[in-house]
Amino acid sequence: MLEIRNLHARIAESGVEIIRGLNLTVKAGEVAAIMGPNGSGKSTLSYVIAGREDYEVTEGDILYNGESILEMDPAERAAKGVFLAFQYPMEIPGVATMEFLKVAVNSQRKARGEAELKVPEFIRRVKEEAASLGIDFAMLKRPLNVGFSGGEKKRAEILQMKLLEPKLCVLDETDSGLDIDALKVVADGVNALRSPDRAMVVITHYQRLLDLIVPDTVHVLYKGQVIKSGDKDLALELERDGYAGLIGEAA
Amino acid sequence: MNIHSTPKLTAAETALIDAFGERFSELPGDATVAVKRDDAVEALKAGLPTRRVEAWHYTDLRRLLTNVPGYDSTLAARAKPALLAGSTVLPVLNGVSGAGASIDGATVTRLVDKLLDGSFAPALGPREPADTVGALNTAFVADGYFIDIAAGAEIAAPIEIQNVQAGGQTHSRFPVRVGQGAKATIVERQTGAGNALTSSISHLTLGEDAELLWIIVQDQPDGATCLSQFNAELAKGSRLTLFFMNAGSKLVRQEIRVRMPGEGADFKLRGINLLSGDTHCDVTMMLDHLAENTTSTEIVRNVANGAAKGVFQGQIKVAKDAQKTDAKMACNTLLLSDEAEFSTKPELEIFADDVACGHGATVTEIDRNHLFYLMARGIDEKTARGLLVKAFVAEIIEELEDEATVEVLEGILDDWFAEHV
Ligand SMILES: Nc1ncnc2c1ncn2[C@@H]1O[C@H](COP(=O)(O)OP(=O)(O)OP(=O)(O)O)[C@@H](O)[C@H]1O
Ligand SMILES: [Mg+2]
Repeated sequence: MLEIRNLHARIAESGVEIIRGLNLTVKAGEVAAIMGPNGSGKSTLSYVIAGREDYEVTEGDILYNGESILEMDPAERAAKGVFLAFQYPMEIPGVATMEFLKVAVNSQRKARGEAELKVPEFIRRVKEEAASLGIDFAMLKRPLNVGFSGGEKKRAEILQMKLLEPKLCVLDETDSGLDIDALKVVADGVNALRSPDRAMVVITHYQRLLDLIVPDTVHVLYKGQVIKSGDKDLALELERDGYAGLIGEAA
Repeated sequence: MNIHSTPKLTAAETALIDAFGERFSELPGDATVAVKRDDAVEALKAGLPTRRVEAWHYTDLRRLLTNVPGYDSTLAARAKPALLAGSTVLPVLNGVSGAGASIDGATVTRLVDKLLDGSFAPALGPREPADTVGALNTAFVADGYFIDIAAGAEIAAPIEIQNVQAGGQTHSRFPVRVGQGAKATIVERQTGAGNALTSSISHLTLGEDAELLWIIVQDQPDGATCLSQFNAELAKGSRLTLFFMNAGSKLVRQEIRVRMPGEGADFKLRGINLLSGDTHCDVTMMLDHLAENTTSTEIVRNVANGAAKGVFQGQIKVAKDAQKTDAKMACNTLLLSDEAEFSTKPELEIFADDVACGHGATVTEIDRNHLFYLMARGIDEKTARGLLVKAFVAEIIEELEDEATVEVLEGILDDWFAEHV
């Protein structure tokens, strides 16, 4: 479903290369965990997949269902089913959360040639999903993410994911900032979306998330490359030994 | 009114003076009105103001005023449905008022009658040498309405002054008196078809403890020239909210002149300027806090696209006796293109010592990170930009609270955005 080939990406403004020849394949139905030390390029990779302009791809390709997405803007990618749950969701003053959700859901439906959701139907769905994630509906009347606590922002990301029903979900440290109960709620939300036609890329530093969302594959990112791939046991090894050994090997 | 002698008149100046020669015999008014008109034309003959005149520094009217169409009585303007449902509409069609409407608690008179009997003459004339809008309007004013709201009246339905152009030029006045303790909403629309030259002046006197919401919506076509002036005088304890939205015209000069001689009066100005193409829009406010405990807040939000130029001059004067004045002014601009420009000139002149006055101005662009976030959810770029622009100005509209009003005004915003961005 996702195939990244020899990807090189740099910061557009400074030209500094962050992703340096990265290869990664994630199949439909698979949950791939990405781990790696701070600053290794995990978030950058997620942004490049989503199409953020701040980064420039200089070499390689990203194929989604066999098709290169590099020429598509973020909205086109999203309409095709790519979703990024942000490590740091942005606060957007003045844009009401409900209005945003409605426009997002209907934009994607329109791009796919489906009919727009009627308002009552839309509200019913939001209420249902919000309740399952322990989100207070009143919060959604506020401007998007503005003044939401760290955990509320992460839940709101998952709410968006559930409403948009994407095919490729990239979750960037969705576990950070969540309390133990919230972690469970969010993991349940993510697991509910696991399906044979959907792939997930879960970026995390911690085994506690991978205990709840059990990955099929684990990949270690270091200096913009995948330096090791394995199954879920690789995460357990890392939890025990840290990255030092691996990094030494790679060097 | 330009104190420097101008050797040669521009085409627009000549056209105005010629138009006066042609129109004079048909303009309504007794001898006292005629004298005012003559004086006003003398002022125009000295030339339109250039940027050397301080009040016109950012709007060189002599250079910018090129559109002076002739007066054309054969053009017909059609009244529009009211902006806010249930309003009483007072139309001025191509410069001519309809019959005065009957409103419970208010009397409406056609202004032409007050010109004919001379009773309106004292209010005519430029207010100072640089008052070109006042001079131009005095020379040509032909009609309008006088609205007199009785003391204690609470008028639930908005009263809509609908100034509709069909092209050519029109010059109107709208004196409004609101009696003690009365409450009302007035909508002033500057609208129409054809690229007209319009001057429109309103005069509001707000009685003690009266409360008024005045909404100005200007959405003239892209080639129009709209010169307007809003004058208000606030008595003790009265409260005025003036909301304006400019969403049209090629050249706009909108003057807002508010005097607060009454203790404890409150003034709120909330304005939105939506600018596009190669238009020029100048909003100039002159506010006088003249009595103790007067309060005011001014928030102007501008969105500028294309090669548009915008100006906000905000002058606040606090007189020596106006202790405990509280005045806060903010002007925030969102630039949507590299060529668009917006100039802000705040000016505080404070003669009292115990006051709280402040002002701030910001100029921003659409935040690329915000745009990315919205697009990453599948919202196409144009729609995403639309949401962010709306976010920038909508809170000013939402402050009006009345849901139907908010919806109508946000609709104008959406339409403007769909057409101009
Ligand atoms: N827009 C940018 N401008 C400057 N530096 C950047 C930018 N984006 C990323 N970087 C740098 O690129 C490197 C990789 O950052 P990235 O956020 O991808 O790391 P990460 O693996 O997600 O780290 P963490 O685990 O801390 O979230 C870091 O050194 C970061 O400072
Ligand atoms: Mg990161």
